[in-house]
This record gives sequence, C-alpha cells and structure tokens, in this order.
Amino acid sequence: MNTATVRLTPTQFGLASASVLVAVLPHLWRLPLPLSALILALLIGRWVQRQRGGARIPASLKLPLVMLFPVLVIFHYGNIFGREPGSALACAMLVLKLVETETRRDARAAICFSSFVLMSALLFDSSLGFALLLFAALALFLAAMHELEPRPVDAAARTWGVSVRDGLRSGAFSLIVAVPLALCVFVFFPRLGSPLWGAPTDTSARTGLGDRMAPGAFQELLIDDTPAFRASFDGPLPARANLYWRGPVLWHFDGTAWTRPEYFASTNDAGTLQTTGATIGYDVTLEPSDQRWLLALDMPIDVPNNAVRGADMSLVSHTPVDRLLRYHTTSATKYHLDVTLSRWQRGLALQLPEGFDPRARALAQRWRNDLHSDDAVIAAALELFHNEFFYTLQAPLLGHDSVDDFLFGEHRGFCEHFSSTFTFLMRAASIPARVVTGYQGGYYNATGDYLVVRQSDAHAWAEVWLAGRGWVRVDPTAAVSPQRVEFGARAAAGASAPWYQADWLLGLRNQFDLVNRVWNDAVVQFNTLRQQSLLTSFGIDKADYADLVAVLIGLSTLLLAVFAWWTLRSPSIASDPLDAAYARLCGKLARAGATRAPAEGPQSFAQRIAATQQTNDVIRNPALVQNPAIQDLFTQYVSLRYACALPLAAAVRIFGRRVDALRVAAAPSASK
Amino acid sequence: MTVQAAIASSWSRLLEAAERRLPALTRLKQAEPLPILLNRRRIYVVPTRFGLVFSAVLLVMLLGALNYNNNPALLLTCLLAAASYQSVFQAFRSIDRVELRALRAEPCHAGGPLRISLYFHIDTRPRHSLRVTVEGMQTVFDLMPGGNGGVRIELPAAQRGWRRPGRIRVWSEYPFGLFHVWSWLNPDFVALIYPRLEINAPPLPLTGGEAEQQATRGAGDELAMLRDYHPTDPLRSIAWKASARHDKLLVKEFEQRRGREILLDFSLLRGIDRETRIARLARWVCVAETAQVRYALQLPESRLGPGLGPEHRHACLRELALLPGAAS
Repeated sequence: MNTATVRLTPTQFGLASASVLVAVLPHLWRLPLPLSALILALLIGRWVQRQRGGARIPASLKLPLVMLFPVLVIFHYGNIFGREPGSALACAMLVLKLVETETRRDARAAICFSSFVLMSALLFDSSLGFALLLFAALALFLAAMHELEPRPVDAAARTWGVSVRDGLRSGAFSLIVAVPLALCVFVFFPRLGSPLWGAPTDTSARTGLGDRMAPGAFQELLIDDTPAFRASFDGPLPARANLYWRGPVLWHFDGTAWTRPEYFASTNDAGTLQTTGATIGYDVTLEPSDQRWLLALDMPIDVPNNAVRGADMSLVSHTPVDRLLRYHTTSATKYHLDVTLSRWQRGLALQLPEGFDPRARALAQRWRNDLHSDDAVIAAALELFHNEFFYTLQAPLLGHDSVDDFLFGEHRGFCEHFSSTFTFLMRAASIPARVVTGYQGGYYNATGDYLVVRQSDAHAWAEVWLAGRGWVRVDPTAAVSPQRVEFGARAAAGASAPWYQADWLLGLRNQFDLVNRVWNDAVVQFNTLRQQSLLTSFGIDKADYADLVAVLIGLSTLLLAVFAWWTLRSPSIASDPLDAAYARLCGKLARAGATRAPAEGPQSFAQRIAATQQTNDVIRNPALVQNPAIQDLFTQYVSLRYACALPLAAAVRIFGRRVDALRVAAAPSASK
Repeated sequence: MTVQAAIASSWSRLLEAAERRLPALTRLKQAEPLPILLNRRRIYVVPTRFGLVFSAVLLVMLLGALNYNNNPALLLTCLLAAASYQSVFQAFRSIDRVELRALRAEPCHAGGPLRISLYFHIDTRPRHSLRVTVEGMQTVFDLMPGGNGGVRIELPAAQRGWRRPGRIRVWSEYPFGLFHVWSWLNPDFVALIYPRLEINAPPLPLTGGEAEQQATRGAGDELAMLRDYHPTDPLRSIAWKASARHDKLLVKEFEQRRGREILLDFSLLRGIDRETRIARLARWVCVAETAQVRYALQLPESRLGPGLGPEHRHACLRELALLPGAAS
C-alpha cells in the first residue's frame, strides 16, 4: 500500500488547513477586501466540506478559480509583479492548493508553500510582536508535518486534541533546540551587497507626519501609540522643554491647509545658522514611514547620508523611508538662524489667502496699530490664547473661515489649531511666520538610556522671524497648556483616556519598549556593515565573505557536534532502582574480596560466600562468611526480583537503604 | 520496455552491484545471531524527496529574505531551516538502540500468508512511526517502553519447506518526514512452511473392524493400562500373567482401542503427482487432528506415529514439508 496516495485523515487535513490559515492570515488584513473575503471563504468552505467527509473537488470547479484569482489581482493592482500583488497571488494559490489537497504529498506541498507565504508576511511588517507570532506559527507547520507521519494500523484511535498536542510539542521542541544554530547562521550568513532582482517599492498607508496640515488632521495621529522613532544621545538627555523634533516646515496657507512648497524639498540650500551654545549629538532610529522626512532635534547641523537639508532646516531623504533607518546627527538648540531674511522668503512667510478670515485679519491689524513692537504683538496673541482658550483633543470641526471660527467661536483645540491660528495672526500683523510640524517630547527609557517618541507625540508649533534675532520658535500650545510640553498630549487633554490607556499600562508599555528597541537594533538593523565588524575583537577588522563563511562553517559544525554528542551519548544504565541497588551490593562485596562471576546468579553467589570451605575460588574473607546480613540481603533481592512481577517501590527503597548501610571489612591484603 | 522501466531496472542492477561490492553496508552476506542491536555503525540516513523539496523552498525563502534585506524574514528562514535539519538527529534517535530480540513464525501452509512476529526491545524512550519492510511488505509500528514490542509482518509463502525471509529493513522518517533513516537486519532465522493443503481432498481413509485394527496393531501400540474384566471383553485381551498375580481377571487395554486408528501411507497414493500426494497427506493430517482420530504417517523413508495432538501433527507436517521435491 503506497502511503503517498492514501487520503488524509481529518486530523491531518485539519492541521494542514490550520497551517494554510496561519500563513494567509497575516496577509489578509492588507489585501483588498473582496480578495480577502474570497480567500477566507474558500479556506473555511473547503475545511468544512472535508470534515464532513466530502469528496475530491472536481477540476471543473478548480480551473475557474485558478483563472479567477490572477484576474482579480490584476484588476486590483494593475499587474502581478512586486511585493503586494505577488503576495496576494501567493495567498490565493496557497488556498487553491488546499482546495485540491487530498493526499500526504499534497499536504506536504501545501506546508512548504505556507512557509514561504508566512515568510513573505515579514516583508511588510517586521515589528517584534508580529515576528514572534510568525516564529511561533512555525511550530504549527512542524506539527502538521509530524502528523503526516503514518501511525500503526492497530494503534488506538487518538483524539484530535492529543494529536495536535503531541505534534505541537514536537514542533516547539524542535524549534527551541534549533535556536542556537539558527542564530549562528543568521549572524554569519553573508548578506547581499545589492539586491539580486529589483525590489519595487510599494506605498501603503501609514500614519505619520505629512507635508500637509489641515487643523484637525493630527487627531488620528495623536491617539496612535506606535513609535515614530527612537533617539539615544551621546551626552545627557536635554531638558524636556527643548525636545522639539523638527519635521516638515509649512509655509503656504490656502485657507484650510498648510503645505510646503516643492522648492524646499529639492535644494540643499540651507539657511545661515550660527550656534550660540553647545551642540548635541545623537542617534535616531526612524521607523518606516514611507515619507521622506527625517526627524532631527531643533536645528540639525550635520546632514545624514542620502539626505538634504532644506532652507527651512528640515531634513529630507532622497528616497522614502520604507524600512527602519538609523542615522547620526548633531543639533543646536541655541542659535541664530537667517538673521537676514531674503526677499522671497519674506514674501513666502507673509503669504495669506485672499477672502478668508476677515475678523482675524482685523484683530491682527488692530494689534499692529496699537502695539509698537513685534514682541508686543506676539505677547498679545499668546495672552489671548492663555486667557480664553483651552486644550482638548476632541476639537470640533471648523467651517470656511477656519481661523475665525476657532478664534471667535470654539476656543478649544490642540496644537494644530493653535499653531495655525497663531501663524495666521502673525502674518496678518506683518510678522514673517511659518508653521513647523514634528514631535515634541518623548518617553525616556532609563534602562536602555534612550528616548522613544511615539506618533502621539506629534506636535506643531510656529516660528516667527524677528529683526536681529532671525527665526525664533514660539509654541502657542504651551501658552494654553504648559502640560502639553511638560507631560505630553494625553496629560494635557485630561483624564479622558480609555481603560487600555491607563497610566500604569502606558508606563509598563514604555518600559517594555526597550525590548522593541533591542529587536530593532540587533535584528532589524543588522546589516553588512555591522556584520563586517563582528570579528573585530578577533583581529579581523573587516570580515569579508570568506571570513564569514569560515566562521559560519566552524560554528555550525561545533553546534552540530553538540547535537551529535547528544544523539550518540550512551544511555544511562540501570535505570531500575533494584538493579542499581544490587549493583551497589556486588560492588561492595567485590571490594571486600568476593567478586561475582559474570554468569553467577544471586543464589549461587550467596552460597559461594557462605561456604567456608571450597576447593576452588575460596573467598578468604571471614568477615563475609560470618555476616548474616549479607545472606539476608541476597534472600531479599531474590524475592524482590524473582518472586513478584513488579516489586513495590517502597520495598525496593528499603532494600537500597539496607545495602547502603551494609559495612564489610576489606579483604586482608595478605590473602593475595 | 518503457524508459521508466529501463531506468528502474538499471538502478536496481546498480544497487545490486553496489551491495555485492559493499556487503558490510547492507548485511547482505552473513546472517547474524539474535539479538541484533541497531547502533550508529549500521544506521544510515539520507534526505527524503520531501526533504529535498523542502530544502529548495528554504533556499528560495533565503534568497527572498536576502534580496529584500529583511532580517526578521531571514531569521524566520534560519529558524525553520535549523529546526528541520536538526530533525535528522531525532530521526536517528528514533531507531538508534532498537534491539531485535526474537522472531517467531506462526504455523503456515504453503499458499497462505506467513505471519512472522518480530520482537523489538527498547530502552526508556518511546519510538513512533517506525516501519519495517520485508520483501516489499511494509508495517508501521510504535514501540513503547514496557510494551511487548511485537510487530507482525505477513509474507507470501509459496513453497513448503524451510523459508528464509529476505533482509529486514527497519526504517523511519520520524518526526517530519524530511530524513529517511534505515538499517538492514539479516537475522539468522528460518521459518517452516507446511505443505499446501489439498482442496477437495477425498475423505480420510477410515478403516473399520477388528481385523483392520489387528492389522494395524504393531510396534507402535502401547499397553495403556490394565482393568477389570467385563463379560463382553474378548478372551484374547485378557492379561493372563497379570491376572494370575492378582487373583482376578484383568484385561489389557490398548491405546488404539479408544478410537479408531488410521495409517496415512505415502506409497498407497497412486495416480497423482508427488506434490498433490503431499498436499493430500497434509490435509488428512489436519482432518484427522480435528476429528481426533489417531493416525500414523508412512513416508518413503520414515514412519511417524500413530499419535494425536499438536506435537504429532507438527512432526508429521514437518516431515511432509521437508520431503525432497519431485526433481530430486
């Protein structure tokens, strides 16, 4: 009987289906809804059909499905190449494989393919939790493979649960045992310098800073707790009030939204920056954002590789950040920027849309006329905010004249509203001003000595240009709610947080973020450069392929040798306690001069010891002959070993203790 | 002859040649005495076809992860690869230190299946999904510590006489089907195949009457006991000497008297070929055994019985099984 053609048992099929489901699930939420729904429906439908003892699916049903999926994918994505459409098609084909799975061979093919699909899920999301889940899913695959091994025909039928438990145990055991070898290969396997084939980038929706800000747009961001980036400082942590992380600077206001002119993104035309205090050096590990912004503290002095610094001092990467990016830079927090303002920048910084917000303009004009200095105008605006406005994340929607509505109507909002309105007022009062977006603050993880900045730390503030001082940061939000700057957006918004954002939980999560950072640092960010420097302590400055391969082979051989030793080691002898006790007894007697012959049974050995006179092999130790305890022990052993099928554990213990208690004098040396 | 068949036959020829050159590898030559302990000197491992395909998939995954420079994906691939490759050790351990302690063949007639029980002994580790293949017949079994370790295989038994089973292949693909571990066993063991039983054989050559009994009474008749005389007993059965000693009439009771006794004589069967004669005698032995009729077997060079019971039956069938064939 050929086992390859035997139909799978329900348990085997169930585990194969579970493997396919686990492989497809991480993709489903990303795929277009109709495709996900179809894949899931097909999977569950097939499983139910099969559990009810359903027959093979006819080709007349399979063939249209095989045709349908590529059409669906092309319809949605435009082609079938690239990460996104490729993975969609792979998921579809995997489920189709399950549809036709009947034999062990099919199931094995499905499991193989599942591994591939599971791996490809990591190309889209490589966060720690996700990766750990997928690693754990491997145990399920191994369990499915384990279950495919044939069982004896006469074996007692096992329940579903027992089979799965045994399989999972075997799979988990194999995975855990494999960790050292896997790590060794992971660390030393030479990486590719450049990709073998083009890896087209996909843009998927990620929350994060954009180059457009309409008041209210941050709302989603401010409740998003995923990390935006992590920073570790070369020196001590700067004061929290100085932690203004500069992102896109927005110049142009069209009445509803602030945008950044395209010009700044493409030129490396930095402003004139004079630092007046110490500079701060730090590393930033930026989470993928699919945007080109690089975040930097206040005024960046160095420009990281592959990036430019615009005239408004924001850093822009040449390529979108689609994977974790790490860079080092230095910044100034005390400075003079652009003491002289160029004509066209002044024009940009004073631009206001026609036909919007007449009342706000009138207010600013009144300040301009009544007050004598720019400082006084700024102070008046902040005073207004401080006295009459309050901070909330539940801001109402604004109408056509958004600044007027906010200024004279609602009186409540968050950083976007304040910075937008403030900048508008300044411009209306003929003070050059611009909106700066970015992040403010962050959580300092003392254990790991780094700062984690989350999307919810997103912030917007204003910069005004003052004669003789250049661009000066003004944070109108701080005038309304100093807590925003001191403790973060959530603290400023009051205690209206849902239960899952309770303080202790957030604190725990912030502490736990260290693990994420270690993961990012050690695994996600591990690259050719770091690999090359691995062997520095062994005298190899820059490990090339040959070195790495040599170390890889050496180390894995060592690990395999450990495995081999574990496999081939001799099994522990005498696991039976009665045998062990008897062996101890014989050992004692042998030291006393009475060695048991290999073929000698206990009774004849005992007789030989007791016999005082014998022609051959006389035991010349009178201590043995005269000791009745020895004969007693032999009698006991015989009754324990031979008089009952299974000796009582307690009796065996007593026998063992008595053997240990036996004292016999050593054979007199003269007897030799 | 198709191409496939040609490849298959040349492959088996190649294997045969290899085995002739390397007899130690396959235990082809000498039969070994029991018990046979499987150890690393005689266990071989190769990846299965599924193992090779799985490796190819792992390679593709590796390339993908490297190409996208995605370390978590690479780590996942490494983990799966390491977990699957270390299963070679588990596969080895699943048949390492399995000991073949005994073989026992059930009585079997030519033409029927020969059932052989193999008794394995293991240490404290349970073994799963082991397989034993003999002459193309495969059986799956588990071994549990404390179990009796018996595994039954069925082989075709075409001819009477001694039958030496082919080499025994103990193998396993446990735990994941990625590696094939196997060992050849060639235990010193032969099974006796009783002759075929003739179908539609004529009934037993039952013979009745005292004359026949007297004719058949010979050296084999044993004096079973003496008993008191009953008036119906024939006079010639009285034990005169014993009666004289005991002062009463005693009667000699012979074994044969308790049932009828028949002689199954090889030479009396004429007109049929030798094998049919043997088959008929074998059938008669079995029928006589079930009918509880004492029987004796007269063969060209030996005579068995008369007797009754498993021992006698076995002796008779054995003699029949080992009769030289027609050609010799």
